[in-house]
Amino acid sequence: MMLSIEMNAKLAAPSDLAIEFRGVSYCINDIPGRVIVSDVSLSVSRGETLVLLGRSGSGKTTLLKLINHMLVPSQGQVLVDGRPTTEYDPIHLRRGIGYVIQEAGLFPHFTIAQNVALVPTLENWDSARIAARVDELLRLVGLDPTEFSARRPRELSGGQRQRVGVARALAADPPILLMDEPFGALDPVTRAELQREFRALARRLNKTIVFVTHDIREALLLGQRIALLHAGRLVALAPPQDFLRLDHPEVHAFAASRDSSLGVAP
Amino acid sequence: MTTWNFFVDHRSEILHATLDHLTLVLIAMAFAIAIAVPLGMLIVQHRHLRAIALGAASIFQTIPSLALFGFLIPIPFIGGIGPRTAIVALVLYALLPILRNTYVGLTNIDPAILEAAEAMGMTNTQILLRVRLPLALNVILAGIRTATVITIGVATIAAAIGAGGLGTFIFRGVAMVNDSVILAGAIPAALLAILADLLLAQLERRLKVI
Repeated sequence: MMLSIEMNAKLAAPSDLAIEFRGVSYCINDIPGRVIVSDVSLSVSRGETLVLLGRSGSGKTTLLKLINHMLVPSQGQVLVDGRPTTEYDPIHLRRGIGYVIQEAGLFPHFTIAQNVALVPTLENWDSARIAARVDELLRLVGLDPTEFSARRPRELSGGQRQRVGVARALAADPPILLMDEPFGALDPVTRAELQREFRALARRLNKTIVFVTHDIREALLLGQRIALLHAGRLVALAPPQDFLRLDHPEVHAFAASRDSSLGVAP
Repeated sequence: MTTWNFFVDHRSEILHATLDHLTLVLIAMAFAIAIAVPLGMLIVQHRHLRAIALGAASIFQTIPSLALFGFLIPIPFIGGIGPRTAIVALVLYALLPILRNTYVGLTNIDPAILEAAEAMGMTNTQILLRVRLPLALNVILAGIRTATVITIGVATIAAAIGAGGLGTFIFRGVAMVNDSVILAGAIPAALLAILADLLLAQLERRLKVI
């Protein structure tokens, strides 16, 4: 059973859906015994920020990878813009979806500018347009292009690298952004700083964002809706203001984790 | 003193043998690199080929060098007496270090980088050429360095099958029981190996990315 509070007024028409999971299950190598995601149905509206919350191994990263065809559902369908991911050319699909991961995954042999320019370069933009776009994006994520463009990732702090990771994901202006615990490896102060900035950025950019985290406070701060996963199942779905009121043991567990950490960081 | 005199008297002959030796090594290394690096790139994506390629290269490396020269002599086209057979043997001998390092370098890459590359919509070929290969360069070069040093050493034995080089002095010196003649082959060969090792180590450091 899934607990859910949907705002009826915002009930989306299918064309407003950026991403839709229809009865999606995923098993490793399609072996039924090794279920990672089990019968998940969920939709994400255009411009919405949906947070996938859950413990390690709850299947949240798997859900993310099902969206950009890095994984293919064993059962059910994942639709992006109304079309099943399996009908897309995976390369083409991925270039239209930004992706940010923990530790950023920047290319160490590329400069910051080359990292940000990755997708535009793959898409053969002309160099003047790429240069202008790189400058624009570095400013957008709060890095001075003259100072950072020519540097290598190892010369940057963790927080700066993560900013570059966001800039790289946004480079080709994809309508969808997938983020897998992007701030997970940062120290608490830098993390709070990036969360606040990212929240403001997300509201301004009007992207569809799916954000994976195991941090309930991050989920409450950034999500317009929070989807809670437990052992591969979607167990709760609600906007942040209602989420903690849901009566489900896993919600209680996450609520408790939030309360216990309140003493450390307000 | 007699050794020094021998070196001075035979300097042009020694120089000639050193150049022959170097030529033998360079030709063999060029072939070995041209075979092993692309093969290493191929087996990153072709799992079935991987065990066969690495296994075959290990077998060549395990055969004692003199025996390998011996095995090759009776084989038509590549065999016989002379530098051609020697080069074939040296190539086979140099394959493993280069192949193994190419494979390890290309696969031993931070998974976050590969995940990001895939998620950004890079094709497998783009990931191989633009991400894996540049990040593996210094590991591949370390394999080339090992192979070069081995080849300089094994090439001295090539004189046994009439391929020339510095081994000629060593074999002749052993037959004549003359230390000076042995050293006329051994010292330049050792210097060559040390020099190659230093130069390639330098290059390797310069190519290291992280």
